[in-house]
Amino acid sequence: MDLVVARPEGLYCPPGDFYIDPWRPVERSIITHAHGDHARRGNGHYLAAAPGEGILRSRLGDDIRLQTLAYGERLEHHGVTLSFHPAGHVLGSAQVRLEYQGEVWVASGDYKVEPDGTCAPFEPVRCHTFISESTFGLPIYRWPSQAEIFAGIDAWWRANAAAGKASVLFAYAFGKAQRILHGIDASIGPILVHGAVEPLNEVYRAGGVHLPPTRYAGDIARNDPLLRQALILAPPSAGGSTWMRRFGDYSDAFASGWMLLRGTRRRRGVDRGFALSDHADWPGLLWAIEQTGAERVMVTHGQVNVLVRHLREQGLDARAFQTEYGDEDDVEPSP
Amino acid sequence: MKAFAELYARLDATTSSNAKLQAMQEYFAEAPPADAAWAVYFLAGGRPRQLVPTRVLRELATRLSGLSDWLFEESYQAVGDLAETIALLLPESQHASEQGLAWWLEEQLLPLRGLPPAELAERLPPLWAQLDRPSLMVSLKLLTGAFRVGVSKLLVTRALAGLAQIDAKRVAQRLVGYTDLSHRPTAQSYLALIAAESEDEHAQRGGQPYPFFLAHPLQQPLEQFDAQLGPASDWLVEWKWDGIRAQLVKRDGRLWLWSRGEELITERFPELHELAEALPDGSVLDGELVAWKEPATGSGAVFGIQPFALLQQRIGRKTLSKKLLEEVPAALLAYDLLEWRGEDWRSRPQDERRARLELLVAEVGDARLQLSPQLTGRDWRDLARQREASRELGVEGMMLKRRDSLYGVGRTRDLGLWWKWKIDPFSVDAVLIYAQRGHGRRASLYSDYTFAVWDDSTPGERVLVPFAKAYSGLTDDEMRKVDAIIRKTTVEKFGPVRSVTPTLVFELGFEGIALSKRHKSGVAVRFPRMLRWRTDKRVEDADTLATLQGLL
Repeated sequence: MDLVVARPEGLYCPPGDFYIDPWRPVERSIITHAHGDHARRGNGHYLAAAPGEGILRSRLGDDIRLQTLAYGERLEHHGVTLSFHPAGHVLGSAQVRLEYQGEVWVASGDYKVEPDGTCAPFEPVRCHTFISESTFGLPIYRWPSQAEIFAGIDAWWRANAAAGKASVLFAYAFGKAQRILHGIDASIGPILVHGAVEPLNEVYRAGGVHLPPTRYAGDIARNDPLLRQALILAPPSAGGSTWMRRFGDYSDAFASGWMLLRGTRRRRGVDRGFALSDHADWPGLLWAIEQTGAERVMVTHGQVNVLVRHLREQGLDARAFQTEYGDEDDVEPSP
Repeated sequence: MKAFAELYARLDATTSSNAKLQAMQEYFAEAPPADAAWAVYFLAGGRPRQLVPTRVLRELATRLSGLSDWLFEESYQAVGDLAETIALLLPESQHASEQGLAWWLEEQLLPLRGLPPAELAERLPPLWAQLDRPSLMVSLKLLTGAFRVGVSKLLVTRALAGLAQIDAKRVAQRLVGYTDLSHRPTAQSYLALIAAESEDEHAQRGGQPYPFFLAHPLQQPLEQFDAQLGPASDWLVEWKWDGIRAQLVKRDGRLWLWSRGEELITERFPELHELAEALPDGSVLDGELVAWKEPATGSGAVFGIQPFALLQQRIGRKTLSKKLLEEVPAALLAYDLLEWRGEDWRSRPQDERRARLELLVAEVGDARLQLSPQLTGRDWRDLARQREASRELGVEGMMLKRRDSLYGVGRTRDLGLWWKWKIDPFSVDAVLIYAQRGHGRRASLYSDYTFAVWDDSTPGERVLVPFAKAYSGLTDDEMRKVDAIIRKTTVEKFGPVRSVTPTLVFELGFEGIALSKRHKSGVAVRFPRMLRWRTDKRVEDADTLATLQGLL
């Protein structure tokens, strides 16, 4: 029996009568992580992994009816045994394991296999059927090592500071920004953040993740020489806005897996692109799928057709799931 | 190769001219002259012919990466650039060669040209294994002949001039012809580019042409001409010819022909070689090469100019058959004199150069060398009226050259001013029916479109017939919106192409239209591009094939 099917409201578990990351309001929802395309407002009940509670409440409101489980903790609902397991994507992100009458399915949400120090690392979970994302499901996507990327960001920042220029780095406010803060060499200069980033920093710090001290960019006077030494983290939407004017002469960069390609880098029109992603690259996807031991793989958002076809060539029973994910986090940058 | 790959990455990473200038100067300051020689060649737009067929590269890369053909193809479609795709797919190398650009080109890459596929398959993998990813991508771009980087020749000139502390115009002069295919850059040729200025430099130039002076497009409405340009009498006015801009150089008893791309095309135009005898040594003429046949008497044609497509055969065909030479004879329509009796005349005013040119052409008295006629009009309005005849005459509009202009370098405006006053393109409203993903910065966006118009010829059966492909003219923002609509309205996919439910109407502009047996619509248009996205028009309101045929 299929433990998860695609319905217009979202991925649905018939025996448990609940949805996973529904995109339309439903009575019972299980949330893999707090990015906007997976965690939406308006559901009657929310169930999520405990480390994600702070973020979920800060994004969806304190008043949501939210129940949480520690990673690995089990809960039975209508005969379906539920548990959350780390997905390594962002703080609190989880894969959902469902077991019913001996059949095990795992829905991964979004995941990344390389540990990054800002969230619990991905744990493969054995299952019969694995529901996998496919955001970067093409063999061209092989991430450079994180050390290499952070060395690149540091070098760019250092060179700008030496030239007396502010360094504006665009990154998604939740997850990516904190990874950058965690990974860079904070001794290079002051670190300033956009108003959309700081509340999430607070949640990460409260969750025990080490982040260097940050200040609101808005608190610094326009001509303060400090700006010319600073790294400024801002969401991509701040690019081209009047908010940017305060930095005078600045160099800009964008941190996203899409920056691996020259075309997308150029389309972004920033000085530098750093291929830092919260998602598994091609080897990562294939490794994760293999580790689950699943014979059946349901592929969601991203390069669905490519991954399905490739997995079938590897002898797996792979199929596509139509979803509405991938709208907010790490979507391909618009020109 | 590493240093050059790093320079490429730096140039590619920025849009600031100053940052590019700095990157080049830092590179040239460090690079050995032999490497710098090749770097100048590539940065200034030099492109050696493809060294390895792309098919061989694809097959080899697919095999080495252990991927299925279709997966390689999907990857290529997403990246939009073969060299980059291969560099991303090949296993990462553990080594990084310390050898320079010149060694790589001369010892490794250039010798690959013409080798049989089996030998290439043996030679390439060990080469690739020596290169880190950035160097690998650059090498592959050199192999495919698709190396491009966002610097203008002018910027390269400025970088070298700054480094050598000499006048940029001098460097521009020395750089002319540097990227011609017959030229192989050497340490010596690089050092000559940046050498201190010497007295006898002019005498030692051989067949070198001058940097072409280029016109700026004039787009103001006619009413503003008087205010902006002054009276029409201040300007030398000519037709804008639809041919190949060229310089004819006659020195030391020999003749050279250079195209505007600074390629030597002397061999393509043997009928002009005889002009060498009639022209005095030390003459350089600027003009337009056109396919020319004296119009038959009574034909009503004013000029003997033939369609550009015919002239292209003279450039494109591998061998010039006797038949082609007879069918498509060429002539040079001269409009400027840059050197006279060995003296550089570029700093004399336009009028003076023109007067001397007129005498010279009269003295030569050969139909293969003609004057581009001077047009006269009472005022701008009168000239605008004359310009309306452009299409019938087979010209693209008018050229306006200030009578006191000196002959500048490239698009400079400080020495003189030339305007090209082109006629408006033809335009029709057409429907987008197929879309294909683009390349480079448009990779993975549906940016290349096929357009159709309505065929009403069969009563009761209105069908859309494709007639043109276009990919330019939209802003990035518009293209992104069109891309999203294409994805939502896709009917079928054929490889990289999608057919869509017709919903989008665009005003399509083009320069010329001719009958064509190769096109389903029966017509072929030249330089089609999107002028406007007609969000105000319904698909039913697009133009018809009959409208197109009416333009013939």
